[in-house]
Amino acid sequence: MKRNIEKEMVFMTQSIWRMPRWFHQMGSPKWFYDFAGILQPWFAVAAFVLLTWGAIWGLAFAPADYQQGNSFRIMYVHVPAAILSQSIFLGMAIAGAIGLIWKMKVAFMVARSCIAIGATFTAIALLTGAIWGKPTWGAYWVWDARLTSTLVLFFLYAGVMALNQAITERQVAGKATAILAIVGTINIPIIKYSVEWWNTLHQSSSFTLTDKPSMPADMYLPLLLTVLGSYCLFALVVLIRTRAQILQTQTSASWLMQHRDITGA
Amino acid sequence: MMRFMWTIIRRDLLLVARQPAEMINPLVFFVLVIALFPLGISPEASLLSQTAAGVIWVAAMLATLLSLELLFKLDHDDGSLEQLLLAPYPSWSLVLAKVFVHWLVSGLPLILISPLIATMLFLPSHAVPALMLSLLIGTPTLSLLGAIGAALVTGVRGGGMLLTLLILPLYVPVIIFGASSVAAAAQGMAIGGYMALLAAMFVFALMITPWAAGAALKL
Amino acid sequence: MYFESLDELLNMAGHGFYVWSCYGLFVALLGINVWHARWQHLKALKQVKALVRRNP
Repeated sequence: MKRNIEKEMVFMTQSIWRMPRWFHQMGSPKWFYDFAGILQPWFAVAAFVLLTWGAIWGLAFAPADYQQGNSFRIMYVHVPAAILSQSIFLGMAIAGAIGLIWKMKVAFMVARSCIAIGATFTAIALLTGAIWGKPTWGAYWVWDARLTSTLVLFFLYAGVMALNQAITERQVAGKATAILAIVGTINIPIIKYSVEWWNTLHQSSSFTLTDKPSMPADMYLPLLLTVLGSYCLFALVVLIRTRAQILQTQTSASWLMQHRDITGA
Repeated sequence: MMRFMWTIIRRDLLLVARQPAEMINPLVFFVLVIALFPLGISPEASLLSQTAAGVIWVAAMLATLLSLELLFKLDHDDGSLEQLLLAPYPSWSLVLAKVFVHWLVSGLPLILISPLIATMLFLPSHAVPALMLSLLIGTPTLSLLGAIGAALVTGVRGGGMLLTLLILPLYVPVIIFGASSVAAAAQGMAIGGYMALLAAMFVFALMITPWAAGAALKL
Repeated sequence: MYFESLDELLNMAGHGFYVWSCYGLFVALLGINVWHARWQHLKALKQVKALVRRNP
């Protein structure tokens, strides 16, 4: 009798990682829909407050940088975008992996919700990085390590987006996207390392855009705010989009038919 | 299982032998693309020799991409892929066998013709061994990584373009180190480190890709 | 407040264009995303309601 290695691996993962009840509860579309509905307004408020507070502080109250002058204020939008672009890809892969291992439809929906917002953050990181480069280095685009690996990350997102749209069967699309996201995530460190290495080979200067360790607190704190606010915004969008997908796919479920969102009760 | 893989290899080689175009095309494409560069930029020797390493590697990558789409497509179209997946052997062995044939047909000819290409682009002759070695280690890696993309887009309309989009980011590290190794050799520097990295990437791809491609094929 | 006047805030010592275009991009692109997500949800809601109305 031939051993099915893949089935064994899935079974082992499921049994070794005894997941708490709430984990499996989240896989239920009804439970997720309601729970996400409760969380949604909180994330919306948090995102708005944190982002506005951080932006105003960073724009108008933080002291200017000695070398870069006022253009360093771009950091308060560029850095959150860069951080989020990478962590969203990782989150997407994790959600996809959860979907593959525990066969959770909701996990695939969450992964799908991450694609657009992740690609947006990557685009923001690219564009703001390029704009920041003009007053700093004199050129809109330089092939430095960070910008180049962000560009490659953008291509990875584009690939995931294209694959998701090209496959017509929703189930298959979810699994294929999950596989691609996982493969991409494994490759990201390799890509980053190789691009950084390539950059040191060809670039004499080692000027970095951000100078995190040696920043005084009143320069650093607004950044913390905008990063947290961005995460809240990401959570908000994922919750909304996942709920939308639940509505689209669970049309045959009785819980949905009697839900107060539909009946208006 | 070895017999299963050997059968697949023989079958695919036989299919290629019946249609030699499949084997010639990537090669011709490779040479054509190489020839386009002097035409598009400049035939000046000093300029070409500086960019030769990168140009050859990019062309090799494009040639590999060209033939990847057919890796699983033909079998999928006539239904034999489904049958092969039903066989009582792990899907990664099927992938490995097909990737091996793909490399024999598209990667190996590139390696063999690369000294000629090197002359066309004025790559210093002492860099040619490094070129061949980097291609020897690198093209199987390209075939392996490409198999994941090919598996994911099997049965999808417009798969060829999508395939390219999916795989190119994954190819970035291989190109960087492959081309850099040849450029370093051209300048007389040691290439051991590059080759070790390329080999590491090959081993990594060898471990992960057959399994991932097999899972993708079953979708 | 780091800047003395509104003019100074907009100008940012010559870097105004760069800073404000970046912030504008951030707000615009993310705003589009949130709006689109909301639109997607509302559209799905409408479709389910229509389905329920047709098959009570």
